[in-house]
Amino acid sequence: MNYFNELLFGIYPYLAGAVFLIGSWIRFDRDQYSWRAGSSQMLSSKGFRIANNLFHIGILLLFFGHLFGLLTPPSVYHALGLSTQAKQLMAMGFGGLFGIICLIGMTFLVRRRLTDPRVRAISSGSDIFILLLIYVQLILGLVSIFVSAFHLDGSQMLLLADWAQRIVTFRGGAAAAIADVNWIYKLHIFLGLTMFLVFPFTRLVHIWSAPIWYLGRSYQLVRQRG
Amino acid sequence: MKIRAQIGMVLNLDKCIGCHTCSVTCKNVWTSREGMEYAWFNNVETKPGIGYPKEWENQDKWNGGWVRTREGEIEPKIGGKWRVLANIFANPDLPEIDDYYEPFDFDYDHLQNAPESKHQPVARPRSLLTGQRMQKIEWGPNWEDDLGAESEKRSKDKNFEQVQKQIYGEFEQTFMMYLPRLCEHCLNPTCVAACPSGAIYKREEDGIVLIDQDKCRGWRMCISGCPYKKIYYNWKSGKSEKCIFCYPRIEMGEPTVCSETCVGRIRYLGVLLYDADRIKEAAATPSEVDLYQEHLDIFLDPHDPKIIEQARKDGVPDSWLESAKASPIYKMAMDWKLAFPLHPEYRTLPMVWYVPPLSPIQAAADSGHVGTNGVIPDVDSLRIPVKYLANMLTAGDEEPVTLALKRMLAMRAYKRGQQVDGIDNQKVLDAVGLSAAQVEEMYRYLAIANHEDRFVIPTGHREQAVDAFPERGGCGFSFGDGCSSGNSELNLFGTKKINTVSVGSIKKYKPQRTPAAVDD
Repeated sequence: MNYFNELLFGIYPYLAGAVFLIGSWIRFDRDQYSWRAGSSQMLSSKGFRIANNLFHIGILLLFFGHLFGLLTPPSVYHALGLSTQAKQLMAMGFGGLFGIICLIGMTFLVRRRLTDPRVRAISSGSDIFILLLIYVQLILGLVSIFVSAFHLDGSQMLLLADWAQRIVTFRGGAAAAIADVNWIYKLHIFLGLTMFLVFPFTRLVHIWSAPIWYLGRSYQLVRQRG
Repeated sequence: MKIRAQIGMVLNLDKCIGCHTCSVTCKNVWTSREGMEYAWFNNVETKPGIGYPKEWENQDKWNGGWVRTREGEIEPKIGGKWRVLANIFANPDLPEIDDYYEPFDFDYDHLQNAPESKHQPVARPRSLLTGQRMQKIEWGPNWEDDLGAESEKRSKDKNFEQVQKQIYGEFEQTFMMYLPRLCEHCLNPTCVAACPSGAIYKREEDGIVLIDQDKCRGWRMCISGCPYKKIYYNWKSGKSEKCIFCYPRIEMGEPTVCSETCVGRIRYLGVLLYDADRIKEAAATPSEVDLYQEHLDIFLDPHDPKIIEQARKDGVPDSWLESAKASPIYKMAMDWKLAFPLHPEYRTLPMVWYVPPLSPIQAAADSGHVGTNGVIPDVDSLRIPVKYLANMLTAGDEEPVTLALKRMLAMRAYKRGQQVDGIDNQKVLDAVGLSAAQVEEMYRYLAIANHEDRFVIPTGHREQAVDAFPERGGCGFSFGDGCSSGNSELNLFGTKKINTVSVGSIKKYKPQRTPAAVDD
């Protein structure tokens, strides 16, 4: 058991991370033609506008929530006057809210992807796989809020944050830190890491291309010879 | 002043017979691929009609093109940059595939393999999206061909504004014309402005607007930005594609496929010189009616020695300057004022222009009530209302369209007089402000329309694009780093471009006075 724990939560994060970075680079370098958002809006747009916005806004908020929630050291938020218990309540509250926003959008999108004949016909295996993976991950995350409600002291949250911080700072002992947390968190982490692993092989690569540079450029672009 | 050159196009609608040869040859060459079945870089519409995609001219619906803000700036009608990004997850102004048409094929196989039966076997349509049977084909790139659709639907045509359109629903009063449409390769393209990735660009050397297929991320804002709806989303590749003005042919000095194959010889290609510094100012002109004149004012006289000198300084090659002097586009747009931009009110400064069509004299005119302006029939007695043409070509200003139609009528009257009656009817020319020499030239270009007059295309100067010599020992045709198929400069596997000579070290070498001082 200890061995598996170390493999999944001590080593797998680095494997997934390495594949995520190197895989993205290779795809960008070798096959940029395949690098796109892969929108299917023009094939079926009924209800799509609301659902896709809900999904994207929800998942972006969830992503940044996790980023700050997991990686902010306790000393920092304590200094800001936020107790561990209060932070956990905040995480549950906002996570729940964003999660439900995302869930409403995603439920529509999953249904559309699987049942709309046009969208279904042009979907690749990876399109369906990644959508279902995120859907399952989202539901797991929402269910874990109820599990968290049984221990409001923030101890489990501290362990999970400790794991993340040990991973990103290469301190070791990460897997041991979460050896005893509830299995639902472990499964959530495992699926999360898997999303990083498959990232370069799916349409998720469009996240890298979030076109924020657009705001700073001139409207017209003229390319010179050569 | 910054002078650039562009290959422009003029279509003489007076001679278009709506045969769709341009569309079909274009499709065969460029879009006969999965994901692009529904896309026609060139299509011919019968006007009046709502076209393809449905109601593309209705910018209240699609929000294409630019709008002038209160501050006197212009911004895309779909919104400024923040708004474009805010809509990136779901674009509210995106046509659905049904606004074009669901791509289909017929079960031709069935004609061969059907078992013996009482009835003739038929090939029924099948969707190319889902592969499923389609009960009915609902729309297409020429659905209203020769007024094929109901007049009720067709009357939604935007160009009917301020025209008594009910009259033209009546069979006796009806009129029609053909409008072949392709990418306008605008001077101020909204698609370029709307692209969040910066993948769409205008080529400096010939003005062709292209989408970098590697850089396109499929955010699909260009489709909404373009008021002509001439950018198509490839639903298979997830990238946008558009008319490439057959740039591989243009670079070789050959006309585009649509122009070359036009059986009516209605298409013209030629160089226009323009002042790139004036684009923004012209596009932001307060009144929409002035946009046509502002657009004309951007074009520069290729015979003016000062312009030639400045153009040379700005890097326009001599062969292009020579072609500009013989440009049929310049003659039709500037000298004769026969050609007009399509919907100048979109503020994109389009570079594919149209000569308005003449049309038969109405019944009333036939029975002796025709209003004649001395020798030529009054343009008001033409079947196609001038207002309709003006709404399409000059943002509603009838005056320039009327003059163009009169000039075309005058040319006919003059040539008829000359060739049938044996008289030179100078009076008819004076009335429209043309000289005999101009009319003879107009006749040569419009009626005879020789290949070498229609297409004056300088070859591209590829020797300026890359130093071709080191390529000699390279790997032939590849997209990137020599023999490797990667794209980026910073190659993951450290491949270096393979050349015959090491270009880098030669560039570094600078001869000094004392050769001994040179290290490398």
